[in-house]
Amino acid sequence: MALLEVNDIHTYYGNIHALKGISVTVEEGEIVSLIGGNGAGKTTTLRTISGLLQPRSGNVLFAGEDLSKYRAHHLVAKGIAMVPEGRGVFARLSVSENLGMGAYHRNDKDGIAEDLERVYKLFPRLEERQNQVAGTLSGGEQQMLAMGRAMMSRPSLLLMDEPSMGLAPVLVEAIFDTIEEINKEGTTILLVEQNAHMALQVAHRGYVLQTGEIILSNSAQELQKDPTVQKAYLGIE
Amino acid sequence: MSQLNLRNAARVGLLAGVVALSVSAIGMVESFDQRDLITDLFTLGQLLLFSAPLVAGYMVTKGVRDADNGAAVLLGLVSGVLTAVPPIALILLTLIAPNIRNALVNVSPALISILTFGASQIIGSLILAVIMAVLGVIGAAIHIVPEAVRKPILYGFGWTLGLGMLSDVLLNILRPLLGRSLVRLFFGTKGITFVSAAIIFVLSIAITIWWQSGGQSQYEARKASLSEAQAKRSRQISIGAGIVALLLLPLILGTYLTEVVDNVGLFILMGLGLNIVVGFAGLLDLGYVAFFAIGAYVMGILTSQGDLGIIDMSFWLALPISVAAAVTAGVLLGMPVLRMRGDYLAIVTLGFGEIIRVMATSDLLKPYIGGAQGILQIAKPTSGSFTMVQPEHFYYLILAGAGLAVFVSWRLRDSRLGRQWMALREDEDVAEAMGINLVSTKLLAFGIGAAFSGLAGAIFATRLSSIFPHSFNLLISINVLSLIIVGGIGSLPGVVVGALVLVGLPELLREFAQYRLLLYGALMIAMMLARPEGLWPSSITRREFHAEDEVVGGVQ
Repeated sequence: MALLEVNDIHTYYGNIHALKGISVTVEEGEIVSLIGGNGAGKTTTLRTISGLLQPRSGNVLFAGEDLSKYRAHHLVAKGIAMVPEGRGVFARLSVSENLGMGAYHRNDKDGIAEDLERVYKLFPRLEERQNQVAGTLSGGEQQMLAMGRAMMSRPSLLLMDEPSMGLAPVLVEAIFDTIEEINKEGTTILLVEQNAHMALQVAHRGYVLQTGEIILSNSAQELQKDPTVQKAYLGIE
Repeated sequence: MSQLNLRNAARVGLLAGVVALSVSAIGMVESFDQRDLITDLFTLGQLLLFSAPLVAGYMVTKGVRDADNGAAVLLGLVSGVLTAVPPIALILLTLIAPNIRNALVNVSPALISILTFGASQIIGSLILAVIMAVLGVIGAAIHIVPEAVRKPILYGFGWTLGLGMLSDVLLNILRPLLGRSLVRLFFGTKGITFVSAAIIFVLSIAITIWWQSGGQSQYEARKASLSEAQAKRSRQISIGAGIVALLLLPLILGTYLTEVVDNVGLFILMGLGLNIVVGFAGLLDLGYVAFFAIGAYVMGILTSQGDLGIIDMSFWLALPISVAAAVTAGVLLGMPVLRMRGDYLAIVTLGFGEIIRVMATSDLLKPYIGGAQGILQIAKPTSGSFTMVQPEHFYYLILAGAGLAVFVSWRLRDSRLGRQWMALREDEDVAEAMGINLVSTKLLAFGIGAAFSGLAGAIFATRLSSIFPHSFNLLISINVLSLIIVGGIGSLPGVVVGALVLVGLPELLREFAQYRLLLYGALMIAMMLARPEGLWPSSITRREFHAEDEVVGGVQ
């Protein structure tokens, strides 16, 4: 059984048919990338999975359980964490308060302390700046903080929305290295990216979206070789 | 460069002069002149007038480098002289046009006499110009004088004028302690005497100098040398002393001042409630008075012995019902506005407050809640044969309520719910992604906030024995919101400080009453410019406004 199964979802913004039957599966332990241009429906797919949007038809199964009966805020406790687009750190709170917020629904003090240590090991930069106000961090550090905060809920599935957005190339490399590291430690990852090149390098499998539909799905290696993908998303003629 | 500065000095000086002219022409100077700060020497009106050149002189020399004293004095002089120009124009205008009062009602002979120090218009104008010029230079000199001298002098003036302003309060407290002759020595008919002013001035200078020259370091060294247990003990002792002082306060203050403190206390109670909604959860509620009204009306209906009372309940029984009614209203209002944010939320809550007020005055509900005539003969709280009637009695009731509210707010702030509110305030979407249930979080904020307001309303009703719809107007909501902003949004001590400044001071200085809104506006603008985080900010707001310093000082 797949960890996440998205079955033929149709999502609307008012009358606009944004997702026209998207089906995605994510197996436990995988990194899966959704790639595509602007307006392809990548973020909408992610928001539908995380319950912020309701599909008009189709369903989302997490570990075999239909998620439609839950509201967005229940999913964290279920083991799904989200790193929102544009990072979304609590700008006026300190780094450690932000991280604490990620573990907000948990009661196990020891487990939280353990995870905090793990996050600081993944992002030594955050430990150095644990008392700094998050709003004064650089873009890359804020991305790290958003990822660290999501990890604080000890998720089995991590949803990431455009982790590379607005970051310098060297930071993008670092962020994707960490994504691989988090995955190796046992967290399944579904990420949405415009930077198809990076996304397909770290992913095991990928889906290509265009105007609300999946036009291609394959292993990441195969997708990188695919002429359509190369032409449209990797800039290779 | 220096020419540019001169232009700035002229601009600021004239601007300050226009301010001095306006406060004179609207009657503020004359009305404030009724209050002596130092008997027969210096009045509040003069303070108002003379702060204009001082502030102007201070502002125009802000950018001048330390070494350039001559430039600073020149700039101060220019701005001071120019500050005098608009008021002098007014004085001279009364020479040419004696009928000026037909247009400017407040330009009375009394005002002109204040501006000219009792001399003729021409001579008086010259005196005014000279004084303002000197004050402009003094304002500029604040930058020049070394801090070791500046601080004691500023503190000396600050304490003298501050205590002079509160001479009524001091007199009230000290009268029983001092003999008749001492009272006459220290207090004049309308303010403190020159003798007490001199004593206060010298004492505060001496204390400041002592504090600077070692007192502070000694104090801090002692504090640092305390062991953890000792420090904890000393904290407990100061908290204990604070509680004892609060309990004894009405005995010291006397009836009139206790009445004032009661008023402040009710606003503290409301402020603490609104602080949860606006300060903790970040939901801007402009109709907060509605819950105050609901608490008061439910108390009125349940306990009134007049025609409108329905069951003649006791205060203590009606109290929880009033609070519950306010909470219910809070949650009911919360539900439709769950999806609204920011400005939209503010407008809807504003409307809600007005709906409640309009309903209270309406004919439809008149048979039940009395319309514009309100509810009369509301029962006083009783316990056995004892009935609460005096302000001193209500003081303890309000103190208990406010104490409870402080405790609840303080515990909630650091609780899981407090974290939820904090996340909600910072970013609603991210909060939801963190697994926070927005619905319950928002409704709890509205409900708990309304509870405090309902409690304040219930006490308000029983304290006055009668309630009228006009007591529950929009101004109350604005008052409460302003006191939170002035004190520091989200800060518990800030609520107390804000209420003392915005509710307590105007009560004590009756001259303010007429200009209350004007002063609120001026204070708000000044606060936003000089101290946007509030007088006693919470740690988060403080950090926000000083985040840059931290980055500069931190590891790069």
